[in-house]
Amino acid sequence: MLGVIRNKTIRPSFSAFRFFSSSAKQMTVRDALNSALDEEMSADSKVFLMGEEVGEYQGAYKITKGLLEKYGPERVLDTPITEAGFTGIGVGAAYYGLKPVVEFMTFNFSMQAIDHIINSAAKSNYMSAGQISVPIVFRGPNGAAAGVGAQHSHCYASWYGSCPGLKVLAPYSAEDARGLLKAAIRDPDPVVFLENELLYGESFPVSAEVLDSSFCLPIGKAKIEREGKDVTITAFSKMVGFALKAAEILEKEGISAEVINLRSIRPLDRPTINASVRKTNRLVTVEEGFPQHGVGAEICTSVIEESFGYLDAPVERIAGADVPMPYAANLERLAVPHVEDIVRAAKRACHRSVPLAAAA
Amino acid sequence: MATLLFRNSRAFLLLHNHQHLQNKLPFLLGIRSPSPPCSNSHFLPSFLLSSLRYESTKAQPQLEDLQHHHHQVIDFPGGKVGFTSEMRFISDTSHIRVPCYRVLDDDGELVKPTNQVQVSKELAVRMHSEMVTLQTMDSIFYELQRQGRISFYLTTSGEEAVNIASAAALSSHDVILPQYREPGVLLWRGFTLQQFAHQCFGNTNDFGKGRQMPIHYGSNKHNYFTVSSPIATQLPQAVGAAYSLKMDGKSACAVTFCGDGSTSEGDFHAAMNFAAVMEAPVVFICRNNGWAISTPVEEQFRSDGIVVKGQAYGIWSIRVDGNDALAVYSAVHTAREIAIKEQRPVLIEALTYRVGHHSTSDDSTKYRSTGEIEYWKMERNPVNRFKRWVERNGWWSEKDELELRSSVRKQLMHAIQVAEKAQKPPLEDMFTDVYDKLSSNLEEQERDLRKTIEKHPKDYPSDVPF
Ligand SMILES: Cc1ncc(C[n+]2csc(CCOP(=O)(O)OP(=O)(O)O)c2C)c(N)n1
Repeated sequence: MLGVIRNKTIRPSFSAFRFFSSSAKQMTVRDALNSALDEEMSADSKVFLMGEEVGEYQGAYKITKGLLEKYGPERVLDTPITEAGFTGIGVGAAYYGLKPVVEFMTFNFSMQAIDHIINSAAKSNYMSAGQISVPIVFRGPNGAAAGVGAQHSHCYASWYGSCPGLKVLAPYSAEDARGLLKAAIRDPDPVVFLENELLYGESFPVSAEVLDSSFCLPIGKAKIEREGKDVTITAFSKMVGFALKAAEILEKEGISAEVINLRSIRPLDRPTINASVRKTNRLVTVEEGFPQHGVGAEICTSVIEESFGYLDAPVERIAGADVPMPYAANLERLAVPHVEDIVRAAKRACHRSVPLAAAA
Repeated sequence: MATLLFRNSRAFLLLHNHQHLQNKLPFLLGIRSPSPPCSNSHFLPSFLLSSLRYESTKAQPQLEDLQHHHHQVIDFPGGKVGFTSEMRFISDTSHIRVPCYRVLDDDGELVKPTNQVQVSKELAVRMHSEMVTLQTMDSIFYELQRQGRISFYLTTSGEEAVNIASAAALSSHDVILPQYREPGVLLWRGFTLQQFAHQCFGNTNDFGKGRQMPIHYGSNKHNYFTVSSPIATQLPQAVGAAYSLKMDGKSACAVTFCGDGSTSEGDFHAAMNFAAVMEAPVVFICRNNGWAISTPVEEQFRSDGIVVKGQAYGIWSIRVDGNDALAVYSAVHTAREIAIKEQRPVLIEALTYRVGHHSTSDDSTKYRSTGEIEYWKMERNPVNRFKRWVERNGWWSEKDELELRSSVRKQLMHAIQVAEKAQKPPLEDMFTDVYDKLSSNLEEQERDLRKTIEKHPKDYPSDVPF
């Protein structure tokens, strides 16, 4: 491959590849998102960005860095502080053929605008019998960050995940971020794209394929990050990293964990989850959001409905604590899942048998 | 002269004292013709005397005027509207921007004539002292964050006058629903430097029990609703609070603050409309400080600021120099009277400037010039301006200033030491404040937790009472 590049006989679609000398290139999630936006904007003039401080300031978390300069103020719009306003404007623009990417400073502030997301964006295609499509992306950091209290730390995965008409994606790695954001922008339907502030600066290895501008991931397909045979661990966003760390620890103790990166909260990849559970017979779900009516609850139901007979232990559910996020650093730490929690739950699942659980 | 206004079956007496003005500027100001002299002035409640100070520059023309100028009127629900044969669009803004009310000029000299509310020596000295205290608290707490001792901070620099002078003009019974850049109101009401420090450290003495980020102050005792992070939610909530005061027949109003950026949220518009329709005794104080994080006002709205929005919603409004403590005091004092006595909302736009960065997470030199910041910090400094006035009156000296600053500094250093050393909220606080009596599952959780801690005492933090 390298030789091909040096000889400049690369196919046009591989142009991005030129800048990378090896396939073990590292990329931060921030750069992955930024490059995905850049490439989709350059590929499709209908794509435009909108949100508070996305232009001059380059985004509260610098995800839109350099894009105003490159695409100009007509395609990178700084908005007044009116989430309901710019979300509604985005939805209207999508009705009439544009492809807006709307940034929320955090998904907490999408609460000001949720009517447009749920009642308009999600339902219009259905209600118009397919006459109206709404190709829009709502993106921004979601869930717990660090030290910002209850009103900046809420995970909305299960909120948006419960709404028909929406697609809900939650990337973990740089590969996810690039592939899923590109998929979201290209998709004809509204996509809620849940990022994580603490992942923005994290680097991941990316292959040449991932760096190619044509790269895209399928929506609704989970990724098996690590194969295993004793217990299935499902996770999304930041928790995938935790699940992988837990799997390493478990391996040392002789437990082989299979880690599923959900990538897509809606549609949920039930086949992949169920196939895995039918193999491992045990399930641990992990998420940072609240337990009640959470993503884990939905996964658990799916497995009970479709693979009940395969379960050798009760499903273990790891989630954030059932309290508004405390500000105190020590309590905040205790309110979100940790690697050890996952390890412990996986062990419980492996060492418990059905009869024991039934007796308990 | 009094005009009898009937609003929702309640009669309100309104006194007008602008005949002299009217003679000079009838068409400029659009003021209605004088009403017949009031014959029963001995029945007038005392507040009417104070209303002599305020005037509406926009009074609704009376029906006779309408019929005089226009051949026909349409009897439209909500009031008669005159016809005109001239097609004319109302332009986006008037040629002249709404003037800004001020009492002190940049040098702290009284501008004459002014219909200002008088401020006594005692009050003036206290206002100056509290502004200095606020300024000092900001600079020391900001440093504290830079040293990593608290996680977050946000200063009020440049907006000391809006903070302190508005607080000074209110009664402690008035309910405050703040945004986040108004700790001076709480300071004025007696929240101590120690209490500010406790909140920023989130220790056991913090009224919020360490559950919120620094600067999210709140105190029931001081009628100061806890700061909430999502922008502008305080505005409709203030209207609700005002409605409750109205229902209870209280002689108090709700006062809510917001920045220029917040006026873009739908909540601002809902609040204004509801306040007018519900005739709620609420005073909106908008600190137009030029910036909303990195967004300048020109990108926030294209109207002549915020003051003009009041009229569209049917609300009395005034634009005031937010760096002139006397002007802010006068405007807020009078607005409060209007709100309570007439049971109606008032909007105040205070023109000021956010001299500091948005917060400790921001570096504002990335998006605005240091020259602009310096100009507002030095030339238009509200504290210096007010100081010149009190000094000129012989009420304050350089010696007083030095003494005050050093004493406040000392108090702050002490407060920080105490707050930093104080214990964290106790373990039981994790379970309280939601249920009157703990539910059985919470009791069980608490028992389990205590057992676990007893088993692993080494893992338990020493500064959290067990
Ligand atoms: C609903 C919502 N959207 C966005 C934010 C992020 N945010 C925090 S402060 C701020 C700027 C507010 O500016 P302004 O109202 O002018 O007040 P100032 O900071 O200038 O005092 C923004 C956008 C928020 N807290 N809540």
